Parts: sequence; structure tokens; C-alpha cells
Amino acid sequence: MDLFEFQAKQLFAKHGVPVSLGEVATTPDEAQAIAAKIGGVTVVKAQVKIGGRGKAGGVKVAKTPEDAKAHAEQILGMDIKGHTVHRVLVDPGADIQEEYYVSFLLDRANRTFLAMASYEGGMEIEQLAAERPDALAKVPVNAIEGVDLAKAREIATQAKFPAELVDAVAEVLVQLWETFVQEDATLVEVNPLARLGDGRIVALDGKVTLDDNADFRQPDHAQFVDKHATDPLEQKAKEKDLNYVKLDGEVGVIGNGAGLVMSTLDVVAYAGEKHGGVKPANFLDIGGGASAEVMANGLDIILNDPSVRSVFVNVFGGITACDAVANGIVGALETLGDEANKPLVVRLDGNNVLEGRRILTDYAHPLVTLVDTMDDAADRAAKYAADPANAGA
Amino acid sequence: MAIFLDENSRIVVQGMTGSEGQKHTRRMLASGANVVGGVNARKAGTTVDFDGTSLPVFGSVAEAMGETGANVTVGFVPPAFTKDSVIEAVDAEIPLAVVITEGIAVHDTAAFWAYAQSKKTRIIGPNCPGIISPGKSNAGIIPADITKAGRVGLVSKSGTLTYQMMFELRDFGFSTCVGIGGDPVIGTTHIDCLEAFQDDPDTDAIVMIGEIGGDAEERAAAYIQANVTKPVVGYVAGFTAPEGKTMGHAGAIVSGSSGTAQAKKEALEAAGVRVGKTPSETARLMREILA
Repeated sequence: MDLFEFQAKQLFAKHGVPVSLGEVATTPDEAQAIAAKIGGVTVVKAQVKIGGRGKAGGVKVAKTPEDAKAHAEQILGMDIKGHTVHRVLVDPGADIQEEYYVSFLLDRANRTFLAMASYEGGMEIEQLAAERPDALAKVPVNAIEGVDLAKAREIATQAKFPAELVDAVAEVLVQLWETFVQEDATLVEVNPLARLGDGRIVALDGKVTLDDNADFRQPDHAQFVDKHATDPLEQKAKEKDLNYVKLDGEVGVIGNGAGLVMSTLDVVAYAGEKHGGVKPANFLDIGGGASAEVMANGLDIILNDPSVRSVFVNVFGGITACDAVANGIVGALETLGDEANKPLVVRLDGNNVLEGRRILTDYAHPLVTLVDTMDDAADRAAKYAADPANAGA
Repeated sequence: MAIFLDENSRIVVQGMTGSEGQKHTRRMLASGANVVGGVNARKAGTTVDFDGTSLPVFGSVAEAMGETGANVTVGFVPPAFTKDSVIEAVDAEIPLAVVITEGIAVHDTAAFWAYAQSKKTRIIGPNCPGIISPGKSNAGIIPADITKAGRVGLVSKSGTLTYQMMFELRDFGFSTCVGIGGDPVIGTTHIDCLEAFQDDPDTDAIVMIGEIGGDAEERAAAYIQANVTKPVVGYVAGFTAPEGKTMGHAGAIVSGSSGTAQAKKEALEAAGVRVGKTPSETARLMREILA
């Protein structure tokens, strides 16, 4: 899960990383009140989980509370690269002398953690890495040894911080590492880390990605879930404990196992090329169990998606037996009754497949078509989705 | 021969007394695998009955190894305790630790991976279906009845795509199938398996299945070009995955322009690997090679 800037800086503050942090407003009036409370110059910043806010006009300096209100009026509701701005952060203005870059992240390729730091900040990290690779230090961090002051000094030195700044930056790095580890983050980034006129080193912006797999020991992270951004169908699926991602096509997809479902999406899109360009409408992995209840919940979500015109159920019975899956489909259709109103193409293979197919053949539901192979089934589902008769609710 | 797992494998199950552990220990035994016991410190000294086979529960991996000569451990330990269980296995110097558990925090995996460096244990997983050498042994949850022993090697990030490919080529059979798992940090990689298959006299050709996220497939492609002389066919899942969304597996995510299926396919093809558009087409490509 990616966090908003204000959430990232809240976590930084919790772990002792010095931040410049005001308050969040959802209306222009709130922004004005916060600016008045802070006093002096403030900065009104769009809260979106995408880079390039500044260039898009989502960050504005306000000299007065009235200015802050006017800026908030402009920024709230703005669309930045497909992300609607629902909140602005009103931060105290900062007397920036210099800007730096520091981050810790998971380095998948090397199966370790990586510190990245640069004395030269003030630009996007991708740009810095491309244009001035020598200026960006990349220092591997052993997951067990972690980052102590000595390691932090090594990072700061490699990042070419001048000697008089190394200790101050190292202290920030140690606190930032603590944030990274204790919050189970896969990325903590400060860009810019700034030296202010009074000499303080402060995080002016922050980016944090949290590991969802650690939710079991991070109960506080539930507060960071962004209800605004969650698609209503994804929200509903989450409540039912289903692994669902909304996509923009017409063929609903249900399958078992993440890899097989990803593959099913591709096979549907590939088949769709021959049927007017229809595409998969969603990713839905019902996992190993595939009980009638899970199948009914899954079908219910998919049939509630108004863009769905046909559904492809693709199950390989590895641990799950196909007869259990077939019974799940029958049970789901019984539960849904008239709500099941789109053609359903089913491909079953693997464990106990003959019994599974027999159950569906005997049930003889008018909307259910059994197809033997994944490629042929995808073609059939795409063909149904391209048929205008299956459009509409 | 086979890779990593063969008829001499003696398996202990960490978490055998839990529901998943019991279910899959029963399945492993039914498939003919030589499971010799379980590990659970709190239930040491007890036994668990599996349809007439009574298996002892040991207090530690080291004790199980001493008593039974176990050389493989399969873990069904819940995510919160997986790190400690793997470190215990590594400390016992067991040659192979297969970690089935899904949902492990990546800081934990990075920690036990770092800990295992320069030690003696090969780790497969986490978040994987395990490894099977059909007719020889089976460590994990891969169904043993899909296919028979043969001369194709399979390495895959995905469990169900492993099963699908075993099914597609069931008439040829497999030397070893390794599900390496879909997490961002895993123990055994595509490259480790490619290297072992290249050296395995019982493997004639290799199927490699990848998916979006990271650059493991790109690096495997470079490895193949430099080191693998046996024919390799590939498949990559996730061409239609949107940027920034995790597709089921914790590691299956396209970040910006990196980790795309297209880039992986192109890298593999540039290395001379034929890549199928669908699992079935991939199987057809392998059939052409084996014919």
C-alpha cells in the first residue's frame, strides 16, 4: 500500500525523523483556518499518490491564509495524472538552503535492502539516476545487520555529503531506517530532505510503501486505507475476502491461483482480438477452496459489474476437486437466481474432472457452456462478450 | 537423477500438526513420498496417525534429522512464525527447506534469506507449491497424480500454472517440477533451477514460467544465453495486468515501466527462448522440440 505524503510524514515523525508537517484540509475554508493557525508563509500541497504534483500545479506557496484558501479551491478536485485530489496538506513554509535525497527500499533483484542517497536533490529520482548516476549513492544494507550510525555515515559519505553535514544526515538515516523496519515498509523516501536557514535538516516530502503481508502485526496501518480511491466492487470483494482487481473490459474472469488467473486474463485478451477487441473485466482468484459460497460471492461481484457481458470460470483442480467446484457453481447459480443473467463459460480440468463436468451437464443451466480447453473457452467467452445481445444490465 | 529432490529424500514437516500440515502430509504420503516425521516444539514426543502410518513429532529440526536422517523440511508454519522456523532449519544445516506458507512479511523473508547466506541450506519459496520429482519424491502441495516421471524440467513462479503445464505435457512426464513462488524475495530462483536442470542428465528440455514483477525473467534470459544448451521454452503471465496493482501474488506487480510481461517475453526471445502466447501454445512448442 502506498501512502499519501501526510501519512508518510506522520510515520516519519513517529520514529523521530524531523519533518515539516502541518495539517490536512478537505475544503478551502479548512485550508485557510490551518494556514492561519500555522501563521506566516504556508505551502498548499495536493495529496495524491503519484509523482509530478508540482509540475501539474498541485503545490502552491501561500503568503496569507486567504491565499491558502484560494490555492486549495484550485487544487481540490484537480485531476493529476488520473488521480483526483480530495485533500490538501497545508505545511509551514520552509526557508530552504539546500535539497538532498535519501531512501531505503527493498531490492528485489539482490534480495536485500538498498540505501539510496544524494547530496544533489531537488529533482525526481529517476531523472537524477539517469542524468547524474555518479551523484546517487546506492549502498546495499544487510537485512540482519541493518543501519547503525556507522553504516549511516558510510551512506552519507558515499552520497558525497560534505564532512560537516555527515553526522546530521546520518542521524536522519538511522531514524528513517527505524521507520522502514518497524513499519514493515518496502520503500521510505525523502525527497527533498532539506537544510533550512536555521541549520535544521528536515524531511519536506515523503513517500512510503507498506508491505500488506505485514498487516497481521501492523494493526495501525488499517487507518491508511484510502476509501476514496478504492473501486466500489474492489471494496465489496475485500469485505468478502476475495482477491479481486477491477479492469476495464467486458469478460468477467474467475479462476483459482494467481498465476492461472493472470494467464486467463491474457488468454481472454488474446482471444478478444478476434472478437471486436473485448478484454477481461477483472482479476478474481478464488484460491484453493472454491466452495459454493466463495463461488457465489465471486459471481455476485462480477455480475454486479455493469460492463460485464460474459463470464469465464477457469479452474484447474489441483488440490481442489472439480466436482466440488462444479457443485460450487451450481450452488452459486441457485443462490443468485435471476441475478445470474450473463453467459457463463466454464472450463474444468484436473482432479476429478469427469465428475465435475457431469454435474454441470446434468444441471443443464441455459446460461452455462462447458468448454474443454482454456484457449477454446476464452474464445467462446470473448465471442459472447462481443454479442450486443449480452450488453446492458 | 532429478534436481534438489529424489528417491533418497527423507522429509520432515514443520507445522505437521496444524490443519494444512496434516492435510498435505497425508497427500505427500499417499503420493509415495518418504515423510519421516514432523516438528512442533510444543508437541514433541507425540505421534500423528495418517491412515495407518504413525509419524513421530520432534522438538526441533535438528532432533528430527538426528533421529530419522531427514534431509528435507517442508514448512506449513503460519506467517508470524515462519522466519524463526526457517532459521531453525538453517541452523540444523538441513540441505533443503521448502517454505509453502503464503503471506510472509517481506522483512522476515529478507532476514531469513540473509541469514541463510553462506550456510548450507537451499531454500525454496516462500509462497510456493513446493517441488516434485514424479515417481521419486514430493515435497509440498503439488498434486502427484497429474503426470508421471519423464525428461522435462519445469520451473515456475505460479502454483496453478505449474499444475496446468504438468497437465498439458502429462504424456511426456517430468524429471522435476519446482514451484519457486510468487513473492518479491524467494530462496531458489529461475536461474538456480536452470543451472541444475542443465547439469541433470535426466532432463532433456526445460519449461520456464514467469510472471509480472521484478526482473528475474530478464536475468534468467541472460543466464540461458550464456549457460544453457538444453532447449528452453517459456511462458509469461500478466500481459493485461495494470500498472501498480498487485495481482494475487505479493511480487506480481508492474511498477512504472518495470516488471512488464512484454519486457520479459522480449528478453527471453532475445536469448533464443521460444515463448508461448498461452500455456497450451507453450506446451505445443515443447512438443515440437521433443518430437
